[in-house]
Amino acid sequence: MPDINGRGSGFATDARAFRAGLAAALSIPGFILLASAAGFGALARDAGLSVGNANVMMAALFALPAQVVMVDQLARGGSLIGAILAVSLIGVRLLPMTVVLAPFLGGRHAGRWSKLVAVHAIAITAWIEGFRRLPAVAEERRMAHFLGIGTGLIAASLAGTTIGYGLAGAVPPALSAALLFLTPIYFILSLLQTANRNGDLLAIVIGALLGPLAFHFAPGFDLLLTGLIGGTAAFLVADRLSPEARLADPPSARPDGPGGVT
Amino acid sequence: MSGLGSGWGTAALIIAIAILAHEPWRWLGLYVGRDLDIDGVLFRWVRAVATAMVAGLVMRLLVFPAGALAGVPMALRLAAFAAGIAVFYAARRNLAAGVAGGAAVLIAGGYIV
Repeated sequence: MPDINGRGSGFATDARAFRAGLAAALSIPGFILLASAAGFGALARDAGLSVGNANVMMAALFALPAQVVMVDQLARGGSLIGAILAVSLIGVRLLPMTVVLAPFLGGRHAGRWSKLVAVHAIAITAWIEGFRRLPAVAEERRMAHFLGIGTGLIAASLAGTTIGYGLAGAVPPALSAALLFLTPIYFILSLLQTANRNGDLLAIVIGALLGPLAFHFAPGFDLLLTGLIGGTAAFLVADRLSPEARLADPPSARPDGPGGVT
Repeated sequence: MSGLGSGWGTAALIIAIAILAHEPWRWLGLYVGRDLDIDGVLFRWVRAVATAMVAGLVMRLLVFPAGALAGVPMALRLAAFAAGIAVFYAARRNLAAGVAGGAAVLIAGGYIV
């Protein structure tokens, strides 16, 4: 649970902070990432990519949605410009995630190059784990801890890609459906576990309702629209409902707005 | 770009696209976020945007699934999802319990439906 200036994990050395991050990554999140990377491995094989290049793609992009889009472009023989645009568009969502994690990446204790390396691990899983764990770690150990998390997650995803590539088609459908189900359930529970303000909960609910609608009406832009519209609505409503805001300005003064969601 | 599935050319292409089109978002996020006040308005807004985005992605994966999950009826997918959340809270917000509970309902439901 994010607890700024926390009590909590006082690792004596960077090496210990790294190892603890590695161990954290190689438990539930690593397993779930391994399962979803296996799905990607199977997809890549299906599209005619070699196992080596499936792993190159996993390591270079390290964000499954972008990988799926790129495989799709390669498989359909789409244009290079099309692939670049699609990958760039789908990568925009990494921007707010990195912004949110950046203040926790060690401040002045961490060098610029280590930060550039560290943010490569930022995709949803590392974002969730970092967001959940870093606030409780002493500032000077956060970079080492996050590098450990990132290393573990990337290792798990490369292993998953290779396994999925090798097993493609050999896994019974019921099992592979269950494996595909792990990602959404893990993401939502992690979000719920990390939510520590009303605004977080509201953002989860509005985003969940908006996501499928946005995908239906504007596929390709859906995550961006969901984030911007849903996140902004949740932020505005939560800001109104917070105690300070209520003192300054009764919520009844502004009954409109996108609040009536539940 | 067809027929480029293996070989160094494809590897170089993948890496080039990743560095040109994908990685800059992470660098930009680092630049924008490094000195942000985590109690400030801007940070709280971006945090809400990121959270809503992930929640939206979750529902997309669930409502419009790919691969074998698409073969599972929507009602069962949603029931397993709800069960996972219920188990999570029942087990005092235990992540592993919730994930396992949801997956168990999905698998068990598959035999019943």
